[in-house]
Amino acid sequence: MRFFEYESRRIVELAGIPVTEYGFCTTAAEAREAAERIGGPVVIKSQVLTGGRMKAGGVKFADAPDEAASHAAEILELEINGQMPRGVLVDPKAEVKQEYYAGVVWDGTVKRPLMLFSDMGGIDIEEVAEKHPDHVGRGHVSNLLPVSDFEAKQTVAAVGISGSQLNRATAILARLARLFRERDMTLAEINPLAELDDGSFVALDAHMEMEDEAKPRQEGLLEEELRIAPEDTREPYEPSQFERNVKAIDSADHRGVIQGRDHGFSGNLGLVIGAGGGSLTLTDAVRSQGGKPANYTEIGGNPSVAKACGLTKEVLKKEGVQKIAVMMSIVSNTRVDIVARGVIKACLELDKEPAETIAIFRIPGAWEEEGEKILRRYGVEYCDRSVSMWEAARRAVEKIQGASA
Amino acid sequence: VSVLLTRNTTFIVQGITGREAVNLTKECLDYGSAVVGGVTPGRKGREVHGVPVFDTVEQAVEHHGAPVDGSVVTVPPAFTKDAVFEAIENGVKLIVIVTERIPRGDVAQMVELAGMREARIIGPNCLGVIVPGVCKMGGIGGPAKDAAKAYAPGPVGVMSRSGGMTTEISSSLTAAGLGVSTAISIGGDAIIGSTYAELMPLFEADEQTEAIVIYTEPGGRMEAQLAEWVSQTDSQMPIVAFMAGKFMDDEEMKGMSFGHAGTIVEGAEDTAAQKIARLQSAGITVVERIDEIQDAVKEKLGAAVGG
Repeated sequence: MRFFEYESRRIVELAGIPVTEYGFCTTAAEAREAAERIGGPVVIKSQVLTGGRMKAGGVKFADAPDEAASHAAEILELEINGQMPRGVLVDPKAEVKQEYYAGVVWDGTVKRPLMLFSDMGGIDIEEVAEKHPDHVGRGHVSNLLPVSDFEAKQTVAAVGISGSQLNRATAILARLARLFRERDMTLAEINPLAELDDGSFVALDAHMEMEDEAKPRQEGLLEEELRIAPEDTREPYEPSQFERNVKAIDSADHRGVIQGRDHGFSGNLGLVIGAGGGSLTLTDAVRSQGGKPANYTEIGGNPSVAKACGLTKEVLKKEGVQKIAVMMSIVSNTRVDIVARGVIKACLELDKEPAETIAIFRIPGAWEEEGEKILRRYGVEYCDRSVSMWEAARRAVEKIQGASA
Repeated sequence: VSVLLTRNTTFIVQGITGREAVNLTKECLDYGSAVVGGVTPGRKGREVHGVPVFDTVEQAVEHHGAPVDGSVVTVPPAFTKDAVFEAIENGVKLIVIVTERIPRGDVAQMVELAGMREARIIGPNCLGVIVPGVCKMGGIGGPAKDAAKAYAPGPVGVMSRSGGMTTEISSSLTAAGLGVSTAISIGGDAIIGSTYAELMPLFEADEQTEAIVIYTEPGGRMEAQLAEWVSQTDSQMPIVAFMAGKFMDDEEMKGMSFGHAGTIVEGAEDTAAQKIARLQSAGITVVERIDEIQDAVKEKLGAAVGG
């Protein structure tokens, strides 16, 4: 889950990292008040969960409170990469002597958090790493031992920083690494980390992302401290009706897991497919052979007849869906007969002829003989493991193309 | 000879009284595995398909009267770290974590402790390991009669980020008359106990294994790590790879995760296209279609024999 900048600032502040006196505002009047309180020149920043704010006109400078209010009014109405801002952040315009970068990410290969530090802050760290590798210090930290200051010190010193800058940056990087671990972050970045004219260091912008799996145990931070509502899931896009309905069907019954997506899909072939890897393989196989999936689904963990039926109905109800392909990789837990029952039931309840509607049924594995019997009764052809996933997808595409021709 | 498991491997099941764990225990026993105990705190004295249940791993080891080789961990995500620590600190050296949705920080802690104690973790979010005709550890392949259909002994090692696809691919290798030496469902999360590259030395050392098939997905650096390992060690083991989820490279799928928690395209390195290029540059054959795996393996084995 990605955090807005104003939330990320609060998270670093809670970890004892200095930030400027900022204000989060949702109206122009609040922005004026914040600018008055700060006194002097301010910067007004759009609060959106996307990059490229500066280019899009979502960051503006103001010398006086009235100007801050008018900029805020404009920015609050400005859509950036398809997103309306949550609000604006009003920040004092800092007199910066030097910009640094401090970050912590997961290194999946080493399986430890990796601290990154650079004296070339303010720009994209990936660009710095590519063009000026000697300006990026790196250091792994243990998952078990406490984060020690010396580890942060080595990382900062690796880019040639000494003097009071070294000591100030060390404390901040060590705190950022501790925060990363304690708060289950997948990304914790301060960019820029600014050295001001008086030599002090402050976080001018922060970017935090938390692992979704850890949200239950971070409830205190999320709900009490940041006041993020549980339904504010921050998906990269707004869930569709189909996606919401499938989720509701899944939550209604604890047996098995079904998932459905249709963001980015708009074809005529409904997919009732599984499991995780099987769904990826089958979606590719359909598309590579000229098929147009109407959606993506995952079936796993032996769902009930009601669940399989509910999912199939949602797929069939989607606009433009002419036929469905019911396909899975070999199942050993999910039962073929239960999925067959659910799919047939869905067709009948929507007054659709199963033999016409189901372009293919290819699920080999547990209870396949029983599944085949049920399907045969309704004239639906059953494909076992001798029909590959590629061939099953080919047959489904052929049938739907024949139907629409 | 095989990888990770032998006929004599003993293991326990942590969380044995859960619904899925009861099934898994029966499947493993039916397949010939030595399940020597189970652990569920507060359920000491019960039996699951004849397997005695204990409150602690320590009690299970004591009852067995000798070190226990492995543990299948299937407890809820909030309790998995403690269960895995308990197994490791009681001398267990091979841990299969079935549980999904464990926070990455917890997984990393388990992996680090395992490294300190010379233990190995497979998973999380995996179905386990099977040595066809010998034994299996975890739900991989399902009930014994279903597992027998998909898995015949043979020369091909299988490693897969998807549990279901492990069986799908093994079944096609079996149907093609090739068969499987050891199949490992390595797990679909962003951080896992054992990656392709970390398991390769075991397959290299195994006399039965003559070729490897990997099933892979977008997200992470595991394929790049394998490609680097192959180049660095100059391994001659033939490898065939299949990449699923190519549709995730589309612009509108950016930042979305499909199938497994680990599949998310964040940077250029994560895309299917980039990974395929990496694997190919290390001499690994990447097949376009799932039904091309068997022929590609046969071709590689033929070339290896001919050369």
